[in-house]
Amino acid sequence: MELTIGLNHYLFLSGALFSLGLTGVIVARKNVIIILMSVELMLLAVNINFVAFSAYLSDLVGQVFVMFILTVAAAEAAIGLAILVLYYRQRGTIEVADISTMKG
Amino acid sequence: MLLEAVFSPLVGFVLSGTIGQRLGKQASQFITCGLMFFSTLLACNIAYNVIGLGQEEAFTLLTWIDVGDMNISWALKADVLSSVMLVVVTVVSLCVHIYSIGYMEHDESVPRFMAYLSLFTFMMLMLVTSDNLLQLFFGWEGVGLTSYLLIGYWYNKDSANAASIKAFLMNRVGDLGLVLGLGLIWVTFETFEISGILGTAPTYMDSQYSLFGMEVRTLELICIFLFIGAMGKSAQLGLHTWLPDAMEGPTPVSALIHAATMVTAGVFLMVRMSPLLELAPVAREVITIVGATTAFFAGTIALTQFDIKRVIAYSTCSQLGYMFFAIGVSAYSAAMFHLVTHAFFKALLFLGSGSVIHALSDEQDMRKMGGIWKYIPQTYAMMWIGSLALAGIPFFAGYYSKDLILEATWLSGSWTGKYALILGLASVFMTAFYSWRLLWMTFHGAPRANEQVMGHIHEAPMSMMLPLFVLSIGSIFGGYVPDLYGWFSTHASTFWHSVIATPITHEAMETVPHAVGWTATALALSGIAVGILFYSGLSQVPGFLARVFKPLYLFFYNKWYFDELYESLFIKRGFSLGQILWKKGDGTIIDGYGPDGVSGLSYRLAGRASQVQSGYIYHYAFAMAAGLVLLSVWYLLIRGG
Repeated sequence: MELTIGLNHYLFLSGALFSLGLTGVIVARKNVIIILMSVELMLLAVNINFVAFSAYLSDLVGQVFVMFILTVAAAEAAIGLAILVLYYRQRGTIEVADISTMKG
Repeated sequence: MLLEAVFSPLVGFVLSGTIGQRLGKQASQFITCGLMFFSTLLACNIAYNVIGLGQEEAFTLLTWIDVGDMNISWALKADVLSSVMLVVVTVVSLCVHIYSIGYMEHDESVPRFMAYLSLFTFMMLMLVTSDNLLQLFFGWEGVGLTSYLLIGYWYNKDSANAASIKAFLMNRVGDLGLVLGLGLIWVTFETFEISGILGTAPTYMDSQYSLFGMEVRTLELICIFLFIGAMGKSAQLGLHTWLPDAMEGPTPVSALIHAATMVTAGVFLMVRMSPLLELAPVAREVITIVGATTAFFAGTIALTQFDIKRVIAYSTCSQLGYMFFAIGVSAYSAAMFHLVTHAFFKALLFLGSGSVIHALSDEQDMRKMGGIWKYIPQTYAMMWIGSLALAGIPFFAGYYSKDLILEATWLSGSWTGKYALILGLASVFMTAFYSWRLLWMTFHGAPRANEQVMGHIHEAPMSMMLPLFVLSIGSIFGGYVPDLYGWFSTHASTFWHSVIATPITHEAMETVPHAVGWTATALALSGIAVGILFYSGLSQVPGFLARVFKPLYLFFYNKWYFDELYESLFIKRGFSLGQILWKKGDGTIIDGYGPDGVSGLSYRLAGRASQVQSGYIYHYAFAMAAGLVLLSVWYLLIRGG
């Protein structure tokens, strides 16, 4: 039996990655950095989606878009980490359980 | 001219009331007194035109109410009755305005005081010059309002606040009667215009009105209702309790409002409606009985009081009783005559007592006075003149008017007339007695004030003495002028131009034996003698009498227990009803289920809702993810399928 890697496999992979990232965001109780990493993961899952469809539809726009997303994700990570550093200076902690000033 | 005369006090009120505090004391005194003087001059001129030349003046300002058949205008009218009142009101008011300059010198809010006085004068002038009953009611309520404001003028005194509320509430009781009367007048006559009502009144002679299943003559009912209104305003028996308490206000107020003008508004209303009253004999009997009883009962209380102003207040009540029983026996012109003379000598007495109070550093208790006549001889002389006029000593104003009233009661011949005559004569004696008791306790004997007060004693300034002189002239000669021309007695019908009813003819008055007048004079003189004896030579006698007739003395001293009666009958019950309505009705039901209930509910709901906002990012993220999943499931399975 010949195994061909098709569009579906990529979509399953990216769906699994996205779900993992989402789970990471939701269940991370310890460290905000884990949340940031999970968000990165979700973005990468989306990227895989883009690339897969780009190959499938023979349309380069998808891959161009991936480049943009990578750039933006890098910037976002930098800003996110910068905020974290500042937050740590301010509060002396980056425990997720302690960040609850949005409580109503 | 009428317009300016009526409205210049209003201008004074507006100016002094709005910018008076900024302009300062003197400016507002000058403005209000000046405008009042202007108004007085015009009023005298109007009176000359109306009475001397027979030119009535009428003036329609603007339409007030125009609904269906009801067309009511703001309209002023000066007929004989109005112009007599105009002169009395403006002259006394001017005197009081000027007097207040001296009396209220050390007060902090003089502009407010002057503004209130001017507002009162405006309202009173509106009342007396109104040509329809609704506008009269406007003035009627306006004077009630200013009376309330001025009694409670010293608003940081609890007793003054209580007195002002009492005056307002008691007047409301009377006003209910007046409103019912006005309603019945509208139902019957379908007009409020006074001339219209009086003109068509005879055609309703036999009309009946069903009240609580009883058929009553409409005119009798109207007159009774109007009389209830007049009882409230003029402090007649039953609704009188506010008047003595009203003495909490400054003394000029007592003189102007609670002696000379406002309290006589009831008498004025009755005289105004006199042609109607002539058609209601039963109502007149009621008025006679109430008036005579008031004259007697207020006199008995005045015998025992120690507060100088309260004695004069009860005396006012008593004299108003005279006016009412004069109305009851159809002697309307005599009632008006007494109203005019009383305005002068009672204002004189009040302002004189104000001068005494001023001299004695605000002392009002006669037990702490005495022996001051040589320190303030002018005031002393003024009080003598006022008392002589009040007691009805010949050649003073009160003599002529009181004499006329007593003769009219003799003439009426009915049992109510006899009742009034007897009580009236008894009151003459009491009036003389308590007046001289007041004079002797205040001015004679050993000084009972402490040395500090006695050292500070002084005659009042010119601004206070001048009004006293003016009023004393009125108190001395107030009787001659009308009597000379027969304005109020002999040629009454020609004088009044049938504005008021004058059923008692001059010829009938001639038949009254002179004994009536002589008896009154003799009683007055003996009252004076007894008064002087009791409080100079035989000073043990009053105390002895008070001990022997202790129950009677206490009964008089405690004002016939009217206050206590009302306290237990109405006030306590009113309070407990109010307590229930307040706590249960308002607090529990309306607040509990209304504003407080709704706001409490939304507060609780909001509290629940805000618990969702935990503040943890992952909760929000989970909510988003879960929502997304649910939406997707709904989209794919339900909507898509």
